[in-house]
Amino acid sequence: MTDISASYAAPTRRVDVTSPAAQARIRARYRREKRFKLYGLVALSLAAVFVVVLIGDVLSRGLPAFWQYSLVLDVPVDAAAVSSDGKVDEASIRAADYYPLTRAALEAVFPGELTRSAQKQLVRLVSSDAAQPLRDKLVADPALVGTTVKTRLILSANSDLYYKGSGTPISSREMRGIATPSGTSGDITILTSANDFADVLVELKQRISEQAKALRAEADRLELFAGDSITAKVKALRDEAAKLQQRVDQPKVEEKLDNKMPSLLVAIDGGLVKINTLSDVSARGTVLLPLQSTADAKPGTWKLVTYETPESNRKVSDQEVAFLERLKELNHVERSFNWTFLTAGDSREPELAGIRGALVGTALTLLITLVLCLPIGVMAAIYLEEFARKGRLTDLIEVNINNLAAVPSIVFGLLGLAVFLNFFGMPRSAPLVGGITLGLLVLPTIIIAARAALKAVPPSIKEAALGVGASHQQAIFHHVLPLAMPGIMTGTIIGMAHALGETAPLLMIGMIAFIVDVPHGFTDAATVLPVQIYLWSDLPEVAFKSKTAAAIIVLLMFLFVMNGAAIWLRKRFERRW
Amino acid sequence: MSGYYFVTMAALVLTAFFISRARAGRLIKGGVGQLHSLPNYHGLFAASAVFVPMLVIYAVGAPLLERFAETQALSFFGTDAASDALHRNATLRDIQNLVAGQYTGTPADALLEAARTLKSTLWWGNALIYGVGVLAGLLAIGLSVGRVSAAFRARNHFERLVVVVLLLCAAVAVLTTIGIVFSVLYETIRFFFDPSLKGRPTVTEFLFGTEWNPQAAMRADQGDIKTAYGFIPLLTGTLLITLIAIVVAGPLGLFSAIYLSEYATGRFRAWAKPVLEILAGIPTVVLGFFAALTVAPLIRGWGAYFGLDVASESALAAGLVMGMMIIPFISSLSDDVINSVPQSLRDGAYAMGATKSETIKQVVLPAALPGIVSAFMLAISRAIGETMIVVMAAGLAANLTFNPLDAVTTITVQIKTILVGDQEFDSAKTLAAFALGFVLFFVTLVLNIIALTIVRRYREEYD
Repeated sequence: MTDISASYAAPTRRVDVTSPAAQARIRARYRREKRFKLYGLVALSLAAVFVVVLIGDVLSRGLPAFWQYSLVLDVPVDAAAVSSDGKVDEASIRAADYYPLTRAALEAVFPGELTRSAQKQLVRLVSSDAAQPLRDKLVADPALVGTTVKTRLILSANSDLYYKGSGTPISSREMRGIATPSGTSGDITILTSANDFADVLVELKQRISEQAKALRAEADRLELFAGDSITAKVKALRDEAAKLQQRVDQPKVEEKLDNKMPSLLVAIDGGLVKINTLSDVSARGTVLLPLQSTADAKPGTWKLVTYETPESNRKVSDQEVAFLERLKELNHVERSFNWTFLTAGDSREPELAGIRGALVGTALTLLITLVLCLPIGVMAAIYLEEFARKGRLTDLIEVNINNLAAVPSIVFGLLGLAVFLNFFGMPRSAPLVGGITLGLLVLPTIIIAARAALKAVPPSIKEAALGVGASHQQAIFHHVLPLAMPGIMTGTIIGMAHALGETAPLLMIGMIAFIVDVPHGFTDAATVLPVQIYLWSDLPEVAFKSKTAAAIIVLLMFLFVMNGAAIWLRKRFERRW
Repeated sequence: MSGYYFVTMAALVLTAFFISRARAGRLIKGGVGQLHSLPNYHGLFAASAVFVPMLVIYAVGAPLLERFAETQALSFFGTDAASDALHRNATLRDIQNLVAGQYTGTPADALLEAARTLKSTLWWGNALIYGVGVLAGLLAIGLSVGRVSAAFRARNHFERLVVVVLLLCAAVAVLTTIGIVFSVLYETIRFFFDPSLKGRPTVTEFLFGTEWNPQAAMRADQGDIKTAYGFIPLLTGTLLITLIAIVVAGPLGLFSAIYLSEYATGRFRAWAKPVLEILAGIPTVVLGFFAALTVAPLIRGWGAYFGLDVASESALAAGLVMGMMIIPFISSLSDDVINSVPQSLRDGAYAMGATKSETIKQVVLPAALPGIVSAFMLAISRAIGETMIVVMAAGLAANLTFNPLDAVTTITVQIKTILVGDQEFDSAKTLAAFALGFVLFFVTLVLNIIALTIVRRYREEYD
């Protein structure tokens, strides 16, 4: 005893905890403590921010796709247009070509002479299958043939996007002079008695000079960084700025407008003229919407309209904007819930595409998955938990299941391709093969969850059953399994949610084909929701981006419901023994 | 045909069940105790005695019959139809269409003859299977019903069968692994060693080649397209994206886990955990969409602001989003291991006057290190095998680069690109995907096994 205390007592080092140095050390340690704690909070908030940004991004992109703008027009349905061999029946109504009817109805809205290109653009405002609602109406009530039907026309994706706000801000102001147009259609000149156009010209020059300034500033900023590609970029910027500046400095009396600048238009005598050349006293331009007359317009009755976004920066031309704005003024535009999105199959046209085919395909696939992996998973879990003798074989199965749970999902796709499609010759793209592949994929998850649930049932339950004379199997199937069922169901739902979001293995077995029809059976070619999302996200049309996001919203909603159900089950039936 | 078979089978199974149960029920005179097994078990025993042989007869008979009938039908078409797989399948499809009445055009005599043979062979064969099956079923009913007696141990026999069924279910998982290994390995071996394969690389060319350009020479005049199966650019691409992901997810996941397990109050945990669970539950196709449409343009925009040329499918975008995907993996696994560090270790450090963060850094983390390492390994394996994010946000061109702003491609992207669409199983290009799949499976398997072994050993140490 004494030896030990002696050896401890030998080197004494005294620390004065009240000295300023010690105090500073302690403060530093507390600061480190706070900093460390902050790191954790920051990490968690970054993860949370990511989730919020992700979901916000998807919602902001996707929610507009659940609404749809369409035209409401009076379409005179000529019996000749929908009859075949002089007879009007359901078949002829379905087979009829509605293009002339739609076209006539649209042109009726814009009286006057339209150029060929304007006519073309007018027809392109609506979808290629714009008259779908009209056809449905006629099929439902053939008596409408020969009358004028007020019906919805489906807008093309671009027009729809325009009304959803991807077009251009529009401003207009009243002019002071008396304006005289030189014609009602084609290229015309507008003269004015006041110096309205001179003011506009000054503004225009100012705007160009600002543009040049912005370009120069960007070039200056880029020069701070090094690199060959940057030098080239800087030079290009400076050249462009110089060109613009030259335009401003030249004392020209006329200014040509191009599509890199906001479009200026004159609304006069019920028509709309796009200005191409602007001078102090006159504006020359093309008529977009025909004028009713060439009468002098009094001050305040004619307006200068500006489409702020340059024409080259938007999907819709000035002509289309003019049409669309006029249609809106005439109350021909209606906003409604986009049922097409939920009830139609896939399509090449964004405005006609829907997710019904993908939803049905998903349901069929998941049904196969559930039927396959719930019984097998539960029975495998019962075997491993209750009947397997501890030994090398059981160990192997256990290690194997744990590893299988971490095998990349695409490898299961390779398995499906090589074994089910190539070896067994099952049909490609079929929910049957997809379901089996996904079943194998989620089987380990379900086995692991079921084992945990079985393990959580206290042994006393089983022992009591054995004690009153039940056999081992009776004890398990009659007493342990029912008590473990909520846990098993929770695990199954989570496994099915996993299967619902899985994409890669299904690509391998060909569930990626473009399929318009809604599948009717387990061996029909089908696609599933995540694959549909992938397919759409790959398409170049802007409108499909928002469809993709909308499909993602549907998928996430299903996942939330499923996970919510799992949590509810856990809360409702969880028992602490 | 199979419909009739299964309906008959169901009928026989039910008959066996009810007859046996009723007979056993009549044996009860003074009380149930006189019987060894309850009447229900006698019924179940008889039902399974009918079910199992009938199922086996069908499962063995039907494929055999099909094969036999096809061979019979093909015998009308000479030898090349039997040997050449393509020709064989086309002929078979014609015959089957003719039988189903969907053949367009006027069939040749040989085809008509073959169709007739196929039809009659199938009819007779099915009748045979049906007859044998029903016979076996009836025989089983007779035998099992005859065995019903008070002393008969029906329950034990039935329970033995149940255990076998349970074992078979557990074996499905093993069969899956075997299926994966064989399907991937078989095609990989063909890829490297099948002499009939045009343009196949040697193992060294594959493992150390620096150029990846899989092109299937479809026609003879395309023969001069240079195909190359060098694996290195795919490896570097995969590693680059994985590295970015780990750099993002490692610190974020680990600090989240530390905060949640050491600092957070119960109420805070109740809020923070679901956030991570949501992140873990978001399908990767959604993350890929986000990476490709939001993150990539954003990074490109920032790059342009600083005068950098960023590829529109930069490794950085894919890596960042993938990092976000694996945060929950790292945090939940690390959370588990940190929680299983015994409290006594912490108490010891506190008693010495250590602050909480000092305890974590110098006691808890070193003690939890093996578990954390394995968490990282599992996360890496997850990142390597992830497909949709990289398919949507990373590129296709196999660039050998370590610049995160360039486009790179990964193993999974190449597998997906090669195998989506029509593929033939005798071109080097298709088989290359399986070779990549083999590499992927092998690498992730090794990572998983090491990680799981570490975790297991670590658990045992503290339990």
